[in-house]
Amino acid sequence: MSAAIHLSYKVDGSDFTGAGTASAAIKRILREIGVDMDTIRRCAICMYEGEINMVIHANGGTADVYIDTEGVKMVLKDNGPGIADVEQAMQEGFSTAKEGVRDLGFGAGMGLPNMKKYSDEMLIDTEVGKGTKVTLIVRFPKGGGDGA
Amino acid sequence: MKVSEVSDALGLKQLNAPDEDREVTGGYSGDLLSWVIGRAAPGDAWMTIMSNVNVAAVGLLADVSMIILAEGVEPDEPLLQKAALNGIGLYSSPMGAYELSWRLKGLLEK
Repeated sequence: MSAAIHLSYKVDGSDFTGAGTASAAIKRILREIGVDMDTIRRCAICMYEGEINMVIHANGGTADVYIDTEGVKMVLKDNGPGIADVEQAMQEGFSTAKEGVRDLGFGAGMGLPNMKKYSDEMLIDTEVGKGTKVTLIVRFPKGGGDGA
Repeated sequence: MKVSEVSDALGLKQLNAPDEDREVTGGYSGDLLSWVIGRAAPGDAWMTIMSNVNVAAVGLLADVSMIILAEGVEPDEPLLQKAALNGIGLYSSPMGAYELSWRLKGLLEK
């Protein structure tokens, strides 16, 4: 995928305050290039869930976003603990988040399911002890979103 | 119905009111943020008892028309700042989410 636009973000894993920075930036950029609101929302949700996951589980990571005329590809990489059972992690309501995280309103076990729901393609590449790479593709609707 | 009309009818306290003319098209009540971001519709008024800074990020990304802090909860200072910075409508009420929800439904069905 040769992208017209490539954006790169570092997700700070130290606290939750900055989570949402990358997703808000993506939202703003997609709006500026004339992408339809539904696609923007889907991308923003995917990015936010990715950011939150990296803060909760992996002490941060990186998010690379590629935009071309077909759609948006998001590559979220971390050096966290990895996911032992991806099928289980994909189930709505399953979470390994700690109590303190749940008190903030996270850990509902909806992060990965939301990413799956709002993307057109989702690929999880993970290894326990090494880290996780999640690739998400959100395509523009046909006949629209060609503002780029 | 506009944000300002909902605010007046429900007697809400304004914490940050950048766009009072925005249309409120529905409502959503919930405190689990991933649930909210996945289920709340753009234009909804979102009622929650959460008061930390992440509420602003979720409200912004879910594109809700206004956030109403229920049960009289006070927003954290970072939440107030982020709401102001990002132009997010933030209100509060001593009413619970249940009461706010059914009152809002009544208003929207008028």
